[in-house]
Amino acid sequence: MNQGSNPLPEGVETLGRIGLIAGLVGLALLGAGYATDREQLFRSYLTGYMWMLGLAAGALGVMLLHHVTRGAWGVVIRRILEAAASPLTLGFAAVAFLPIALGTHSLYEWTHAEVVAGDAILSHKKPWLNEPAFLGRSAAYLVLWIVLAAVFARLSARQDETGDRRIALSMQRWGAFGVVAFILSMTFAAFDWMMSLTPHWFSTIYGLYVIIGQAVAAMALVALAGLLLGEGPSPALPLQPRHLHDHGKLLFAFVCVWAYFGYSQFIIIWSGNLPEETTFYTSRLNGAWKVTTIVLVLLHYALPFALLLSRNRKRSAKALAPVAVLLLFARWLDLHWLVAPAFSANAFTLHWLDLAAPLALGGIWLRLFTLGLKARPLLPANEPFLKEALAHE
Amino acid sequence: MHGTHPEPSLHGVLAEFRTPDELLAAIESARAAGYTKLDAYTPYPIEKVLDALDLHHSKVPLLTLGAAIFGAVAVFSFAYWASAIDYPLNIGGRPLNSWPAFIPATFEGAVFHGGLAAALGMLVLNGLPRPHHPVFEVKRFVEHASKDGYFLLVEAEDPQFDVSAVRRLLEGLGPVEVNDLEN
Repeated sequence: MNQGSNPLPEGVETLGRIGLIAGLVGLALLGAGYATDREQLFRSYLTGYMWMLGLAAGALGVMLLHHVTRGAWGVVIRRILEAAASPLTLGFAAVAFLPIALGTHSLYEWTHAEVVAGDAILSHKKPWLNEPAFLGRSAAYLVLWIVLAAVFARLSARQDETGDRRIALSMQRWGAFGVVAFILSMTFAAFDWMMSLTPHWFSTIYGLYVIIGQAVAAMALVALAGLLLGEGPSPALPLQPRHLHDHGKLLFAFVCVWAYFGYSQFIIIWSGNLPEETTFYTSRLNGAWKVTTIVLVLLHYALPFALLLSRNRKRSAKALAPVAVLLLFARWLDLHWLVAPAFSANAFTLHWLDLAAPLALGGIWLRLFTLGLKARPLLPANEPFLKEALAHE
Repeated sequence: MHGTHPEPSLHGVLAEFRTPDELLAAIESARAAGYTKLDAYTPYPIEKVLDALDLHHSKVPLLTLGAAIFGAVAVFSFAYWASAIDYPLNIGGRPLNSWPAFIPATFEGAVFHGGLAAALGMLVLNGLPRPHHPVFEVKRFVEHASKDGYFLLVEAEDPQFDVSAVRRLLEGLGPVEVNDLEN
């Protein structure tokens, strides 16, 4: 049994280099955007930031879920998730939040004292929606995620070194705490960073909608990493069709839950038909954003749903990869659909900065992800369930 | 039953093996000899046995999909007919064809019909419920099939079936024992 000791494919190195170049090009473009169209820059940046965060934080959420449930599907991809949601990538997310912290006046209506003073609802929400509290909470979310990632990175390293079987148990305990802490913190992060773009409007399922989108991003990432690491005659990661099948099934389930949450929000607002709630959908269903909404439902739900029904597609990394790419694009579209109409309710907008931001942030994240992949063996050698997870049926 | 069939018809020939690997080798040999109507009994699911017998291609998923699509279309059509044609009612000024309100029931209709088709389709296609089966006539099958015995059945329905040839083949594979099964 020498499984998992095959060297990483060269593609990892290449991808890291592509990520770095894309990141630098993207940053240069963002710099040009800062000089030419500062308002647009912050909007595009927020979307791009949430897209990149979806990869890192989504992987953190899926990793926590794995430690609570302990399935074979998670043992084989633990290092992929740990690399995607490392203290490094989430630390980068914290640094990358700075432009948003500096751009609050461009992004958030409720940061303007004169607007709040003349608006009864915003005055009422002031104890929550004010800048010091916003920045404090933002810092707290980011620190919490970094701490969670650091705890698991450390436990994982100790497990590799000592082989202490009790570490798996403490990971499970941390996982249970982490799932609750993660879902609560990301819910409020979604409220603060995105829902408060239209501060009169509110939806309690908004946070879960964003979180499940991140889970979709994370499983799409896992599918692509499986293609990179698990293919060929001597794969770096010994992925079997049944592992891929599980990853595909999770991706399928998350896509369905995304649609379920999205529809739940819609049907409740549609049924209630209250003016303060329907604003979200009047711009997205009737006017300039109608086509975007239809395309989003097709690309984020209908098409992946139909494709992922197939058992054979879920059991092959090559067949799963195009669906994963589609979903990573749909993730960006979903976030654009959430953010952009807040600034332009009556006209569809797509700016070149909308593409530069995910390029910059995603590129740098990709570089850090490949560094994480290289840092550790791809299989947790002392994981108590590793043998079972790798056993052929 | 007695007296009607002076010569009872044959269901097949059953051989018992000690290990999954012996069973797998037996399946390979039987398939290589051209037999197609094979069945295997193991104490726990063995993926490779399913592969060897080519049992993965069930019709249940297709039935489920068809029934789910039917359920969705049927429930949506019914909701449309009831709300917009048969009993048009103005609810809160909404259009008569308020399709968003029909979606939850449509979804449930798809799930319900799909689930029902999966369960019933499974029963119809695998022949359950079945109170008795010829394999239960074999004493060692009753004692070992759920414990530590790996059984291969060559069914008499097989176009190539010939008792003595099948027995010769199976006995040459080192079984614990070989039994003819009567219907």
